[in-house]
Amino acid sequence: MGSLSVWRLTLVVFYIVVVIHGSSASYVNGKTPTTSSPGQPSNTVHTFPAPEKEYLPVFQINYPRIQIPFEITLWILLASLAKIGFHVYHKITVWVPECCLLIIIGLIVGGIMYSVHEASPAVLTTDVFFLYLLPPIVLDAGYFMPTRLFFENCGTVLWFSVVGTLWNSIGIGISLFGICQIEAFGIQDINLQENLLFGTIISTVDPVAVLTVFEEENINEQLYIVALYSLFKYMSQIDHVDSIDIFLGTADFFVVGFGGIMFGLLFGFVAAFTTRFTTNTRELEPVFVFMYSYLAYLVAELFSLSSIMAIVTCALTMKYYVEENVSQRSCTTIRHFLKMWSSVSETLIFFFLGVTTVTSKHEWNWAYIGFTLIFCFVWRGLGVLVLAQIINNFRTIPFTFKDQFSMAYSGLRGAICFSLAFLLPHTFPRRNLFTTAAIAVIIFTVFIQGITIRPLIDYLNLRRTNRKLMTINVEIHGRAMEHAIAGIEDLCGQWSHYYWKDKFKKINDRFLRKVLIKDNKPQSSIVSLYKKLQLQNALVLLDSNGGISGAPSLTSLQEQKPTKPETFLPEEVRSMQELLSKNMYKIRERTLTYTRHSLPNETRTKEILLRRHSSIRKSMRKAGTWQTPVGDDDDDDDIPSEINFPPARPRLQLRAKETRRALQPPRNELQTVNEVRTDSRRTPMVDYEKRGGSAVSENSEGRGTGTKRALTPMRRVWSFNEQGLKNNEKEDQMEMEEFRNAPAANRREEATEEVSDSETTHPLLSRPMDQYKP
Amino acid sequence: MGAFHSRPDENDIRHLADKTGFSVEQVEILHRRFKQLSRDEDTLQREHLYGIPDLECNPIRTQIVAAFFDKRNFDKDSPQGTVQEIGFEQFLTVMSHFRPLKLRMTEEQREQLRLEKLQFLFNMYDLDNDGKISLEEYRHVVYELLSQNPQIGNESAAIADAAMLEAATICMGQMEPDQVYEGITFQDFLKMWTGIDIETKMHVRFLKMDNTTLCK
Repeated sequence: MGSLSVWRLTLVVFYIVVVIHGSSASYVNGKTPTTSSPGQPSNTVHTFPAPEKEYLPVFQINYPRIQIPFEITLWILLASLAKIGFHVYHKITVWVPECCLLIIIGLIVGGIMYSVHEASPAVLTTDVFFLYLLPPIVLDAGYFMPTRLFFENCGTVLWFSVVGTLWNSIGIGISLFGICQIEAFGIQDINLQENLLFGTIISTVDPVAVLTVFEEENINEQLYIVALYSLFKYMSQIDHVDSIDIFLGTADFFVVGFGGIMFGLLFGFVAAFTTRFTTNTRELEPVFVFMYSYLAYLVAELFSLSSIMAIVTCALTMKYYVEENVSQRSCTTIRHFLKMWSSVSETLIFFFLGVTTVTSKHEWNWAYIGFTLIFCFVWRGLGVLVLAQIINNFRTIPFTFKDQFSMAYSGLRGAICFSLAFLLPHTFPRRNLFTTAAIAVIIFTVFIQGITIRPLIDYLNLRRTNRKLMTINVEIHGRAMEHAIAGIEDLCGQWSHYYWKDKFKKINDRFLRKVLIKDNKPQSSIVSLYKKLQLQNALVLLDSNGGISGAPSLTSLQEQKPTKPETFLPEEVRSMQELLSKNMYKIRERTLTYTRHSLPNETRTKEILLRRHSSIRKSMRKAGTWQTPVGDDDDDDDIPSEINFPPARPRLQLRAKETRRALQPPRNELQTVNEVRTDSRRTPMVDYEKRGGSAVSENSEGRGTGTKRALTPMRRVWSFNEQGLKNNEKEDQMEMEEFRNAPAANRREEATEEVSDSETTHPLLSRPMDQYKP
Repeated sequence: MGAFHSRPDENDIRHLADKTGFSVEQVEILHRRFKQLSRDEDTLQREHLYGIPDLECNPIRTQIVAAFFDKRNFDKDSPQGTVQEIGFEQFLTVMSHFRPLKLRMTEEQREQLRLEKLQFLFNMYDLDNDGKISLEEYRHVVYELLSQNPQIGNESAAIADAAMLEAATICMGQMEPDQVYEGITFQDFLKMWTGIDIETKMHVRFLKMDNTTLCK
């Protein structure tokens, strides 16, 4: 039902587009419009006879004025609707990659237009493609590239991209030239240079199509990286297209690439620096990110440098610093917009591919096209094999034959290849042949390889990414292992990339972070992960509790300005806020996996939770719970003290009504708790969720007696070797008794009972606890 | 086989290479490095290792150095305890824990290597040699790891506690209220690492070039 109506809608839109396009064309050409009533003059203002001027035109159509934006909008809408349409049928998208479907739709529309005798839309010109359609795709690829993996495999990536490109293009070019020499095929007029040029065009592999398939299979990230190398192929492509002299082009290639990188770095740092000062203009932060990247692209184009390298480098450098400086909402906005734009661009390109396939002139030559296909596969396979063998000597994790096969097989040509071919100047000899060949190769690879790659990968049982949740233990041990490796390397005098990573980290911490990030604090990934898990825990509990009623849900985390200094240090509070929100960014970063077509894995619920969380904090601040008694300023060191979780012990079976309690921090209760807190003189604590073992939170203590306190909830878990801890156990047991049995009249207990449930938590209130009975 | 005098002969090298899995050239290079570190003596002592300048900024330096003198790393079934000085063979044996994977390894060889590496890591934590990582030891490790970050000092205890609880949950599942968790045993440690192929990450690329002259 739903899917049928979607299809109908799509079909209706098709027809509307085609018809309007037709009618608009006739408008432009000055023909009689077919949509208006025939026989009458057109309904524009101009045709009103002069003496009747006083009649105001009540209804008029003024199409030429809005024609261009209108058509663009319709095309984009059409392509996006088509995309929606596919996902309605889940079964299709399982087997057929999206790009195939887009091409099919494009073909259909092209067919319609052809039958109506329409020319293909003139929008796809060189400028439009290179200046508007390509940058979003590349920026998206650069921004979401997994930097750590990339740099660890940098050598391999460069090796395959640079040498692999040259290998493929020269190989294909020369072999095609050889074929041309054979008289029987009738294509002798194509000289070597043109063949080489075609070779470079056709050897462009499209990362889009490849990653679409790969990501859905969760293939090991090593293979991701190799798929990404094709991104780098572009840079060599763009350079070689215009230069006939390939040998000079090679030298030119290095200059161009290097120059592009320099510009990218420059703009990246400028952007990072700018975002340092945007605290008061949060809405403009995404603007800076996009404009600086685009500027990098254009400036590199201005100097005929590699604009793609520029924009990718800019995104890479910018991302790290910008994500620390901007607010959380800007961060989300940036990512959403990037995904949106790149998605639209991609869709449009594939769509046009389909349309122009039908509407453009073709020249078919069986020999040329057939051999092109064969050589594409042969050279790519050979290339991967040879290059992998050479580089396996330098890699610590060698590529197995399975890896190599999947790398070779994943050479799907796509949008970029098509665009490059399509944009050959019309004066180019045999242009139509090249275009046809390119389209044929694209369609073949995309369809056949795209559809069959999935079963093949299943059959070969390739390494899949390990999507284990991050646990603190693994993080700690991983770190220890890295340090151990670095230590051993120092011991035996060996160098490896850990050395460089270390060096870079030192430079980063000492100089760059100070300049580019506001309120810089040294970060540790262990601590960030720990805090992240705490927050996760908090938020999950919050969510399960039903949320806060009546809390304003749209406050941004960063809108809270630090208040005037009161009895506590505002900068500490602010630093806590910053640290917390930065860790929320870290949440996004850490759980991010590289997916081309979808945003990082954050659900709407988390957004709501984060908003609620911020509103809790806001109301908490209002209630003044941050005020601590004089001399007790250790409390504020503990960020986690904001969030408290009740011990999730089966013993704590509180009454049913409390479990349903909403997380309202009514003022009087807070005051109560505040007093309790001041009495207790300790920060609240800890709670553990025994859920799946991965989310743990804890508060630490600022005091000398801290360690004991921190462990109290864990009484059932540890065996402590120290006396102090055992004592605490007893105290806890006493507390528990008190907790359960004391009369409700006890104010303290009431406060605590109201707020701590076995399943839920009041984020603001401290653990009732206290052994400090009056 | 104790210490070698000035230069080991062919048989010894081959024997060592077979035992530890290094190639002959790597053994020679490492021998040269050993000589350099021990200042041409036959045995290596802790002071020699502490004297390496690059190692100073490593947060777990103590543990790394201790690992070289820990008897458990020499042989599988050796008694517990530490020694004061080691010879070249022990040096190599400890180093061999960081061998990278070879291309053509069988499943059980991989498994074996993985176990070895994890055992090495475990021994680094378990200072009192009782076969378990207790809370104190764990805290100590976390504290050292975070010691580069001066601000975070207080939190290391909390983090260690959280990590222990997490480990407990993974290893023991739902626990009775009266059960106590002694510490992380080696089996638990292994359980934590299931699914993560550490053997691909934990290795040092032992070059075939001799760059002992380049380092101090």
